[in-house]
Amino acid sequence: MIDKRFESVAALLDGVADLHDGATVLVGGFGDAGVPERLIAGLCALGLRDLTVVSNNAGAGEHGLAALLAAGCVGRMVCSFPRSAGSVVFEELYAAGKVALEIVPQGTLAERIRAGGAGVPAFYTATAYGTPLAEGKESREFDGRGYVLEHAIRADVALVHAATADRWGNLTYAKTARNFNPVMAMAARTTLAEVRELVPMVDPEVVVTPGIFVHRVVEVGR
Amino acid sequence: MKTLSAADIARRVAADIADGAYVNLGIGMPMLVADHVPPGREFVLHSENGLLGMGPAPDVADADPDLINAGKQPVTIRPGGSYFHHADSFAMIRGGHIDVSILGGYEVAANGDLANWALPGPKPPAVGGAMDLVAGAKQVWVMLSSHVAKDGTPKVVERCTLPLTGLACVNRIYSDLAVIDVTAAGLVVTDLLAGLEPGQLQAQTGAPLRFADACRPLQPETA
Repeated sequence: MIDKRFESVAALLDGVADLHDGATVLVGGFGDAGVPERLIAGLCALGLRDLTVVSNNAGAGEHGLAALLAAGCVGRMVCSFPRSAGSVVFEELYAAGKVALEIVPQGTLAERIRAGGAGVPAFYTATAYGTPLAEGKESREFDGRGYVLEHAIRADVALVHAATADRWGNLTYAKTARNFNPVMAMAARTTLAEVRELVPMVDPEVVVTPGIFVHRVVEVGR
Repeated sequence: MKTLSAADIARRVAADIADGAYVNLGIGMPMLVADHVPPGREFVLHSENGLLGMGPAPDVADADPDLINAGKQPVTIRPGGSYFHHADSFAMIRGGHIDVSILGGYEVAANGDLANWALPGPKPPAVGGAMDLVAGAKQVWVMLSSHVAKDGTPKVVERCTLPLTGLACVNRIYSDLAVIDVTAAGLVVTDLLAGLEPGQLQAQTGAPLRFADACRPLQPETA
């Protein structure tokens, strides 16, 4: 019988071979919406080093990604907007040269992750053509317009936050807490989901992330 | 001379958006446009974080942390709205489905180049969705709360000096002094602050201006 449910965050994180020093981790969320806070806290407790974290923002305050950064687990951030209100931890580490930053236009970030999940190694996009963010990248004209070659992002692990899940790992989301979570779920070797509520079965008509993309789930409440 | 307020500019921008348009409002001043939709007109506001049909901010007591806008502020959803993930949201933008993107700007060049994401300084860079919006939306309009910077330097220039957001992407500029179309033949002023002489606008602009034959006067709202 397929059963992807775990009793606790610690049990879910135990024995995940893809979580190791130097791993690339996709972390869902936009601002404070849809951030897998409990999984990030659990990851923090593992004490890994030199992680590459791919997430739209770089955390705020002292919780979530900010705590992971403050604990010295992150060597490199890939994000579109690391400068949200309260992103003090990241800004200090960045200023001290303790964390590297790759800045990516938000749509290019989403598409690079989707491409990773869909087996597309790279694609051309008009976004960023002619700007500093295209420097050093291949470019090409199609029908007289310039495009930049962007490479897919694949990760070792994705951490996602969802509203409901069933034992097969089918997921639904809540409003704009969906954001990057569904595309990230598709682009990692191991996808770990924290959910507000486990249900016997998600209605197949409303499944947003089919269980094929999800390996372990844990209920964390609201 | 009294110039247009931010609300005046937002009112004018809103008046120029066609009924039924799908519109993305950038963070900051462009958000004001949502407060000035003319009666009887319906726009569908797109929020990059996965929302179509964005409505106004709720009362504090009704704020839902799951329902926020691109600026991470609580919002509401209107009837007919929908939620979707980030790749779909940016497929709407990058795939040319958004009718108008309204953004703020540091500099706009006569050829439509835009610089609006990076200023000199030690802060880490942050681009968000700006480069996607200018590359993908059918129309890009830039709102400038003041036609010149605080030190008097023109924001409308021959060539941008700050890092670019996109090449030849801006279609129209709305400032506190004028509405300017960016055309293949250069900048064309279609609306000018009432009482301002064309030469006075040109003196505050870093690129040559032409004035439309039917150039209309802009009136600040009397509060």
